[in-house]
This record gives sequence, C-alpha cells and structure tokens, in this order.
Amino acid sequence: MTQRDNSYAAVMARKNEIMKTSTGIDYNTYAQSAIAFDYEKMMADTGYTHEEIARIQSETKVGNTPLYELRNLTAAVRRISPPGKGATILLKDEAANASGSFKARRASVSVFEAAQKGYKGVIAATSGNYGAAVASQAVQRGLKCIVIQEVYDSRGVGQPEIIEKGRKCEAYGAEVIKLTVGPELFYIHLLTLEQTGFFNSSLYTPFAVKGVETLGIEIAHQVQERYNRKPDAVIVTHAGGGNLTGTARGLLAAGCADTRVVACSVDLSGLHMASDTDFNKKSFTTGHTGFGVPFATWPDRADVPRNAARSLRYMDEYQLVTQGEVFYVTELLTKLEGIERGPAGNTSLTAAIAMARQMDEDQIVVVQETEYTGAGKHHNSQLSFARENGIEVRRGDPSENFPGKSIVIPENLSQVMGRPQDMIQLRQSYLKNAAKQLPVASWSEADVQFLAEDLKTDPQWIRSQMGSMTGE
Amino acid sequence: MSITKAGTWVEIQQVVLSPAERAPSVPEDTKKVPYVMRVSGFLLEDAQIGQTTRIKTIIGRELEGELITVNPHYAHSFGNIVPEILTIGTDEETL
Repeated sequence: MTQRDNSYAAVMARKNEIMKTSTGIDYNTYAQSAIAFDYEKMMADTGYTHEEIARIQSETKVGNTPLYELRNLTAAVRRISPPGKGATILLKDEAANASGSFKARRASVSVFEAAQKGYKGVIAATSGNYGAAVASQAVQRGLKCIVIQEVYDSRGVGQPEIIEKGRKCEAYGAEVIKLTVGPELFYIHLLTLEQTGFFNSSLYTPFAVKGVETLGIEIAHQVQERYNRKPDAVIVTHAGGGNLTGTARGLLAAGCADTRVVACSVDLSGLHMASDTDFNKKSFTTGHTGFGVPFATWPDRADVPRNAARSLRYMDEYQLVTQGEVFYVTELLTKLEGIERGPAGNTSLTAAIAMARQMDEDQIVVVQETEYTGAGKHHNSQLSFARENGIEVRRGDPSENFPGKSIVIPENLSQVMGRPQDMIQLRQSYLKNAAKQLPVASWSEADVQFLAEDLKTDPQWIRSQMGSMTGE
Repeated sequence: MSITKAGTWVEIQQVVLSPAERAPSVPEDTKKVPYVMRVSGFLLEDAQIGQTTRIKTIIGRELEGELITVNPHYAHSFGNIVPEILTIGTDEETL
C-alpha cells in the first residue's frame, strides 16, 4: 500500500472526498451554483421528523428542559423602566441536558445517525460545549469519540474556560487533541477523519441543526401552555449560527411566525481570532462577534461544504453586549434568582434585559439557553484570568469597555443597554462575500432568489444592491 | 533523568507544522510560532521526559510525540477573588 501524502496542502486538497465519506452527505447534489443550493431539500433529506428527533433525544437525556420565569429580575427591570414597560423574562434551562448545555440537542441526532450508519466513532472539531455534548452522546450510543480543540497559545497557556471544556470531554471518555492557536485545526480535523474513518459530527451538518429545532418547538409549547400566547421575542446567543437557525426553525414549525428572533453576541471587535497574542486577551471563548459576525455574513466558511446553520435566514435583530455587562448580569442572576449558570446563556440574558425595558409589561421575552458552570467556566475565573493577563477590570460605564484592554462592569442595572447592529450592513457584507464566490455579473435568477431567502429579504432588494456593487 | 514506566498516564506533544509550513491566512504573530498538538494517553514503552515515544489514547489510538508531562492533571479553579463583583445584587448597592 502506498503512503498517502499527509502534507497540509495535500490533505486540504482531499477535503471534499473526506467530507463525503465522513458525513454520508454528497453536498454536490444540492449545489445549484457557487452560491445557490437547495437548502430545504438538504434539511429534509436527513429524513428525521420532529417526533423522531424528540424520541432520539429522550433516549439520551436531552430535551424537555424547564422554562423558568425570572420573577425577581423581571421586577428589577420594571423598576427601572418607563410605566407599563418591562416584559416578563423567561429562561429555558438548557443546562439540564446531558453534558450541561443545549449542544446536547445538536450532538444527539448526529451521533444517532453515525451509529445507524455503522461508524465506529465520531469526531467533533470545537473548543466549546459541543465537544462535551458529542462525547456524552457518543458514550451513550457505544461509539468512540475524538474532540479536536484549540486550547493553548504558544506559551502553552489556555483560558480557564477552555481548559474546563477539555476536561469535560475527557471525563466522558473522549480522546482530546489539544492544539495551539490557528485555523490549521481544520487540517488536523481532516487528517484525523481520514485516519480513523469516523463520522464527522460537525456543528454544521443538517443533523446538528435539526437537533436544535426541538428547542424552538418546546419554547413555543411551554409559553403557550403557561401564558396562553406566543413569545414576543426569543434571544439567542450567537456564534456559528446553529443555535439561532435551529431554534428559529423550531419556532416556525410550531406556528410562531411573528416571534422576533434576536441574535446576541459579546462584542470583541478589534481582537483577531487567529492571533496567538490576542487569544488569551478575550474573556469569552464563544458567543462573541469573532465567530458571530463572520458566520452570519458567510456561513459557508465552516467544516462542511454547505452550512446548515444560516443565521441571517432567520435573524430579525442582532444585539451586541460588552463583556462587563454580561459579567454583571451573571452575578445578578446568581444573587437575585438563586441559580448559577455559565456565560453562554447569560450573554442573551443581558440583551433580554436591555430589550425587556423597551417592551410592554404583558409581553414575553425568552432567553433560550443556559449552560452549566463550575471551576474554570465561571465569571470569577475569567475575570481573575483577565486581570493576570494585564486586562483592566473595574466598575463603571460599560460603554468604556475595550476588548483586550479593559472590562468595565456596570454600576447599576440601568447601564445594561446592549447595542443593536445594523442588519442592512450585515446583509451587504454577506453579499460582498457571495461576490467573492461568483462575480455579481454572473448571478442568475436562482442566485438572486437564494440570496433573498438566505438574507430574509426580497429579490428586489438584492437586485438594487447588485447595481451598486457593480457600480451601475 | 528518571524513567517513566510503560502504562503511566502521560501527555505527549507533537509539532504539527513548523512556522514556515503554517497556513497562508494566519496573522504575523501566529506565523512566527509552530503549530503544536498535545494528547494524553498511556505510555507504551519506558521513556524519559523530552524523548520521542508512543502512547495509547483512552479510545485505543496509538500516537507518537515528545513526552512532556507525567500524570497530567487539571488545576483550573475559580481564580483569585474579584472584589468588584461581590456586592452586585446585594443590599450594598442599588440596582
């Protein structure tokens, strides 16, 4: 047998072949052009109904999580809001899933699929909760698991939160490949898939996103049952886009067409995600703009050729919050509501507080996830680590936060404001990225239609943008 | 230098890409350092720190690399006290 060329360039060149073998999906069958593809067919071809997904998930301790009304926090928000304002804030306690986060939903169908198709193991490339989720699901389905994680800078230093995430994967019996900073993680991912023949339990396959749809469905049913109405807004912490896409699709499937779907990320603008020196200057490892913006404005940068997580297809608004605001709200959740939860859900909770102040008292805003917390994965760990790495930590006006330099924790609840991103700019940025795949002059009617759907807009708006992009 | 016995839980390190081999897209500071991987497993042969050796990972894969840590453990914690957050949500400050 001849030895395969395992150099960086050679492995990257085998990307499509490796993806096909490791996901069982031939993405070429859905492609219509360099831009357009049949998204709904790709999602439908997974073959799983919502009832089947709920059954698969109930077998492995996923789903049917509690929905809590945050009474004390809602009351506090009403005290600082104009008369008649201050929506009820609900929290979906996704930390109750096996492995402690909503990512168990995302892993469940994927790992089930891998077991059905006879793969001996699964591989996930992630520094987040997803690794632990895949490991936890794999052990329940009798599969081996490898998690590929970006952990260290070149000094061998990792943030406490990332170290904890790696520990959790190993706790569930996974092999964890711990890497230094860099996009070459994808190379190791491909090489390991090829060497093991394991299933690519990517965050971005249709299986992963379908698994999250039950989250939206549960929210719709729980709110309807208890409040006899549909949620007015659902806030989703946004990074790669799967959480938002799956939740929104579930809400739509449950008849919540008028519910506002709001993305929220921690603002880390100015920090480079592939920079060795910036790596440990951020106090959030995910749910931040370093993933949220690039994945929104070009989803097909993921580890599969066509990403099933397409956030702008479903997003109505995009709120930014500062690190300091999230840490303040995390402490408030603990002290006022009597529960400790990790950073991911507290990011969207921060935006929910800012939004609830503008909404009517009889309206409902849902924070759609929580995650577990503990040593390393805790705001005190992250703040202490930030201080050790020369970041200034103080109380004050959160608008003075400077990612990588200072974390300013609000002095009172009125200072928790968030900041909306311009949706039009995000859509324009997406179109510019699309033009890099296929020149605007070559966009067909099918491309225009696809882009309109992918950006939750209409073909007329796409055409008007095409004019300015080509200088006409 | 002391010998670590085969069967001990260890961590190995492997330089995956030298600085010259790094992806074209990485920023300048990252380009100056190698791309490094670490994995834990059971040592397959007696070895010394710094020696190239082989391990069997927890799922049974055999990997090669430089022995860097014997009995690697987790020491992450809740960090040092951050006094700035202590009074949030208490009677000490108004919301």
